[in-house]
Amino acid sequence: MIAFLTAHIALVFAALAVFCVVVYVLADGLDLGVGILFLAAPRDADRDVMMASIEPVWDGNETWLVAGGTLLLAAFPAGYYILLPAFYLPIVTMLFALILRGVAFGFRLQATRFRFVWDLAFAGGSILAALCQGLILGGLIDGVPVADGMFAGGPFSFLSLLGLLCGIGLIGGYALIGAGWLILKTEGRTQIFAREIAHAALILVAVMMLVVSGWSALTVPEVAARWFSLPNIVLLAPVPLVTLAVIVALWRGIWTGGEKRTFALALVLFALGLIGLVVSLWPYVVPRAVTVWDGLADPQSLTFISFGLAVVLPVVLAYQAHAYWVFRGKTLTEHGAYDAPDGAARPESLS
Amino acid sequence: MDAVAFARLQFAFTVGFHILWPTLTIGLAWFVTCLSALWWRTGKPVYRQLMRFWMRIFALGFGMGVVTGIVLSYEIGTNWAGFSRSASNVLGPLFLYETLTAFFLEAGFIGIMLFGEGRVSKGAHVFASLMVSVGALFSATWIIAANSWMQTPAGAVADADGIFHVVNWWDVVFTASFPYRLAHMVCASFLTVSFVVAGVSAFHLWRGRQVKASRTAFSMALWMALVLAPTQIALGDLHGRNTLEHQPIKLAAMEGLWETTKGPAMTLIAWPDMAAQKNLYALDIPHLASLYLTHSWDGEVEGLKAVPPADQPNVPVVFFAFRIMAGIGMVLLGTAMTGLVLRLRHRLFETRWFLGLAMATTPLGFIAVIAGWTVTEAGRQPWVIYGQLRTADAVAPVSAGAVGASLIGFFLLYNVLMLTFLWFAGRAAIAGPTDLPMPVETHPGLDGTNMSGRATLPPAPNAPALPGAPHAAGA
Ligand code: HDD
Ligand code: HEM
Ligand code: HEM
Repeated sequence: MIAFLTAHIALVFAALAVFCVVVYVLADGLDLGVGILFLAAPRDADRDVMMASIEPVWDGNETWLVAGGTLLLAAFPAGYYILLPAFYLPIVTMLFALILRGVAFGFRLQATRFRFVWDLAFAGGSILAALCQGLILGGLIDGVPVADGMFAGGPFSFLSLLGLLCGIGLIGGYALIGAGWLILKTEGRTQIFAREIAHAALILVAVMMLVVSGWSALTVPEVAARWFSLPNIVLLAPVPLVTLAVIVALWRGIWTGGEKRTFALALVLFALGLIGLVVSLWPYVVPRAVTVWDGLADPQSLTFISFGLAVVLPVVLAYQAHAYWVFRGKTLTEHGAYDAPDGAARPESLS
Repeated sequence: MDAVAFARLQFAFTVGFHILWPTLTIGLAWFVTCLSALWWRTGKPVYRQLMRFWMRIFALGFGMGVVTGIVLSYEIGTNWAGFSRSASNVLGPLFLYETLTAFFLEAGFIGIMLFGEGRVSKGAHVFASLMVSVGALFSATWIIAANSWMQTPAGAVADADGIFHVVNWWDVVFTASFPYRLAHMVCASFLTVSFVVAGVSAFHLWRGRQVKASRTAFSMALWMALVLAPTQIALGDLHGRNTLEHQPIKLAAMEGLWETTKGPAMTLIAWPDMAAQKNLYALDIPHLASLYLTHSWDGEVEGLKAVPPADQPNVPVVFFAFRIMAGIGMVLLGTAMTGLVLRLRHRLFETRWFLGLAMATTPLGFIAVIAGWTVTEAGRQPWVIYGQLRTADAVAPVSAGAVGASLIGFFLLYNVLMLTFLWFAGRAAIAGPTDLPMPVETHPGLDGTNMSGRATLPPAPNAPALPGAPHAAGA
């Protein structure tokens, strides 16, 4: 086992990096999604519940972004020092956006007269962050100019139509996860709002998935070659087919399915999209310039972090799950209560 | 200005802003844990009242720490690509361990700490608070290890391309300056928080509001300060002698010492003139520096002129920053000792000028921390990895325009954030440790009210209204 892992160390760390990205996108997706839907909610009371539902967990979710960044630095440094300068402006803008929405949690709670400012900061920050992540994604698919092992483009070379499309798609996708989360965590009018908006989000995300896939297959020859060359087209066919099935299942279950269904299926849909992305980009850390094998860090550094990842990561996952467990059930009736009635108030649980 | 200058300015500004929040939250997390434990064991309501109050301030500071910290971890790639290319094998794992052992631990339990009271048992709340506090300490440990490696690198060798490869992880983490820097920083955080708690409590005593809780907190804080202020000075002295050994030029800049001298004087104040390579208007005390640096009357200390001017740091910056820090150390020590004298005379809580003094010390710890980091970082120049990698070679291939624009963005945004924080934290601090539902019934949160506006705690009888209370605004 150990021998196998060391022989394929690049694959192991690539898998770990993908894992971090997936967890980040799914976890922070739900609270970015709640932020994206924030202003669309009809009443202030809805916004209170919406924010309260993610308050105890958003910090943990966002920490996966830091984990992804530091894992990249530790395991694939080339990815870190080429990609971060390449996406300077969208990254900095995303950080600004995350700052705005992050502080809104604390400040909105305390604000009295100018609460709408924090509503705006929270929603605007969430939308902008998703858009920037989409721009980065699109830029990745398009490829990054590299010379002498360093980024060799200008401040705007990340810009592409594809990036914009990805951005819109991500906004829709996060909104869908957020709506699923709200169906699960709220009840009454807030839940009805979530079910309604889930439809719009689903349409947006389905259309954008189609457009982005088509557009990148048309404009990026490497992507087309990956998907449409011969054994691949057969082997990979299940990915789009399952995606289609999930979209249909989502559409039909938003009103009639169980309260967990939309959330769970939205997560599956996102995971499928990410698998598609990995297929398109594999085996590059920096698309078409540095592969996972070339970009790998020193073996002695990898050994050092392997220990931590093997021992600490499972523990981290366990207590993050525990935090979700402590705050399980409907947000509405329980939040912040000191003597929350047991039993009746906890009709649903997350896991 | 070029990209290097902008990048340095931006990093100095963003990291200097970030460090304020860890300084507040590392100490405050332990204070809240301590209060939570006291409430659990003694059941005295005053501890719960104080815990809720300080948790509110902690929550605001913690949020600021998280969002400004995420900026830093990405800035190292966006602005310092040359540096991360060179040092990734060494620092990448340290940062990753920080994320795994510290950030996740804090994030995993912060929800329970802030919102879980009542949902989990009292003991479990103590435990969650403890985990957050421990996480904050772990974070300090890893990041200081990384910084100390940049100051006194060891355990790794650079190849022909300038890429570092680790030979011995133990040496990388436990570098020569690491224990001193870590101890000095952690003590700085606890000391700063002691004076924040003392200052806010003094304000309430001065106004005669919430006297019982404020007395308890004031007394606790001054006991802490009495222990920590001398400890911090002793640690600083040890740290300085470590610097003398490993970064003599930095130390010479702190002391304003140009010539290599036997039995150097202590320069109390002067204007170090870099062009003339000497001090103007110096006020010296003979042999004193020799005494505290080498513990002998005639010890030899290396001067700045041992290296060419191009390899010297910006001397006035280091020189004055050091004096600000050490001066504040003395002021804090004096305040803590005065507190002891008044306490022995049973006049601690009534002496109004002392309450005023305590209020005035509230921001001093933060200023000393910024000054201390300025000494450390500016004194290391022109190196980013001391003796190994020059700052000018560490920069990323990004345009000066992009870095400059983002610098302006950070400057504006952070100033707005700071004002907002001061507004809200100030309001909470002025309201004090009441047991009132904070601010609006319909708000969820730290305050014992739930979403449907149903207060789950009976409101305190004839409790004073909050300033700017939302009830009036009808939000
Ligand atoms: C002495 C302590 C100390 C120092 C010198 C620094 N930090 Fe920090 N940092 C903390 C102590 C800390 C903390 C107390 O652990 C924080 C504050 C609030 C929090 O959540 O953790 C934190 C938060 C924090 C976060 C957010 C973590 C999260 O998502 O929860 C990041 C990414 C960083 N820091 C990164 C850095 C970097 C790259 C630094 C230097 C260049 C740095 N910090 C200096
Ligand atoms: C008379 C008292 C003090 C002395 C002699 C002293 C000494 C020092 C020295 C020599 C350094 C530079 C370390 C280097 O070479 O890199 C330093 C750094 C620092 N000091 Fe102090 N200090 C004192 C008081 C304080 C106080 C009161 C605070 C804050 C409350 C503080 C906070 C810091 C910080 C945050 C740093 C940077 C981190 C580090 O390198 O440890 N110091 N101090
Ligand atoms: C949180 C405490 C810290 C503060 C307040 C601080 C402060 C500063 C300041 C004032 C500068 C500018 C120095 C100059 O340009 O003359 C600087 C530069 C720098 N520091 Fe720190 N620093 C801190 C921690 C760290 C840590 C932990 C690291 C390592 C990861 C680090 C890495 C750097 C780098 C890469 C630069 C840019 C190169 C340079 O100009 O020195 N700093 N920092």
